[in-house]
Amino acid sequence: MSTEKTMEPLWWGLFSAGGVVAAFLVPIHIILVGLAVPLGWTTDTGALYRIWWVKLYLFVLIVLPLYHWAHRFYFTLNDMGLKSISKLLAVLCYGGAIVGTFVTAWILLKI
Amino acid sequence: MSAVRPDPSKLYHRKMPATWWLTNQSYFLFMLRELSSVFVAVFLVVYLCQIYQLSNGPDAYRAFTQKLSSPGWILFHLVALLFALYHSITWFQSSAVVLPLRIGERVIPRPIVTALHVVAWAIVSIIVLVLFLALKS
Amino acid sequence: MAEPTIRLNVTRYRPEKDRAPTTQAYVVPYREDWVVLDALNHIKDQMDGTLSYRWSCRMGVCGSCGMMVNGTPKLTCAAFLRDYYPQEIRVEPLVNFPIIRDLVIDMTDFMEKLKSVKPWIIRKEEKPVSEGEYLQTPAELEAFHQFTQCINCMLCYAACPVYGLEPKFLGPAAIALGYRYNMDSRDQGKDQREIIGNHDGIWDCTFVGECSVVCPKHVDPAAAIQRSKVDVTKNWFQSILMPWGQR
Repeated sequence: MSTEKTMEPLWWGLFSAGGVVAAFLVPIHIILVGLAVPLGWTTDTGALYRIWWVKLYLFVLIVLPLYHWAHRFYFTLNDMGLKSISKLLAVLCYGGAIVGTFVTAWILLKI
Repeated sequence: MSAVRPDPSKLYHRKMPATWWLTNQSYFLFMLRELSSVFVAVFLVVYLCQIYQLSNGPDAYRAFTQKLSSPGWILFHLVALLFALYHSITWFQSSAVVLPLRIGERVIPRPIVTALHVVAWAIVSIIVLVLFLALKS
Repeated sequence: MAEPTIRLNVTRYRPEKDRAPTTQAYVVPYREDWVVLDALNHIKDQMDGTLSYRWSCRMGVCGSCGMMVNGTPKLTCAAFLRDYYPQEIRVEPLVNFPIIRDLVIDMTDFMEKLKSVKPWIIRKEEKPVSEGEYLQTPAELEAFHQFTQCINCMLCYAACPVYGLEPKFLGPAAIALGYRYNMDSRDQGKDQREIIGNHDGIWDCTFVGECSVVCPKHVDPAAAIQRSKVDVTKNWFQSILMPWGQR
């Protein structure tokens, strides 16, 4: 029984959770962070990111879609012909998401 | 009655081209949907970088925000927004397939389930917007 | 007065003398009510008896006549010439399957996969005949009915890029068939259909969704696969977080 059989539901579960978070929350944040503030429609010093429950929210917002990306991108790269380096791709994608989880937590605790 | 198996050495195997996803519209749109996850992830990493600047002080944060107002970054965020919206709508359509909703005995038609998701998305977005405006300084 | 005609470009492959498939053009009469299968039958009867292809009921219930029509997997008994006329029609064998001859593909892999999901009612204990039939409410039938409609035409396998890239993938029809039994209230064999939850079962699927688009019987195998993913994932998390609560 290979590990892949038993672990896949974990990655798919994280992928789904990340997909939900990304679908409902990412567009408005792109508008706020990427367009509204830079184009001067509103201003922001970023102080609100120091509020504890905002940090919790940001953790969920940023981390879960990373697992969504990891799972989706891993399969996409495989489907685009890179199946021969499948194991390496898994390490880069899922590993990337895991690293991202710790980095995000560290940053949110630091600010 | 005996079954005659085809000679395996004479079977012709057609190989799937690496550009399979360019051969029809459905496959191409599928690939765009998958790649939307890359734009979502990149945006969140950029956002995280901006949040990180707070640990370097308010001037660092302001400088980063200034960088984001360059035409290149605005263009990136516009493209990312389009991909994010494409992710959202395809996700809501998929949700209708994956989780059939019922009222009693009757199944709710999929387009309506998708529409309900869109309404929920609009409400959530407005809540986030309002909270942002209320909490920002 | 010239009769209207339409041109079919048909794949030919004769293993005894061809290295690779070629295309042969046939100009057949164009009739409003003809389907591609009628055209193929006309070719076989009147023009070229050597053309090989599968067909049977000619009314969309046997699943025999699946082929690629202009690159789309279709039942040739359901593909009307009038939807293509006056353009030429390309007729090729179903993709993702090896070609035996002309338009005939080898379906051994498909048959093996159907068998592998144990498509029959599995009981922990059989009810004796004296106790009567297994009763089922309309709602219980509703839960799996659409997934019983599969005619094994393999269009979904031709439409699925994952199957094209990974021949070990269990595939839409086989998974939908397994799901049909898992959802049948009379069945108690879900734990024997583990192959569905294995790596080359549902987890290879990336929900491209083309299988459900091409299915002539509206089985919606994509839905069966995604719902299976939810089911297996729920059970997996339950077994991890609440190991004591095993049914």
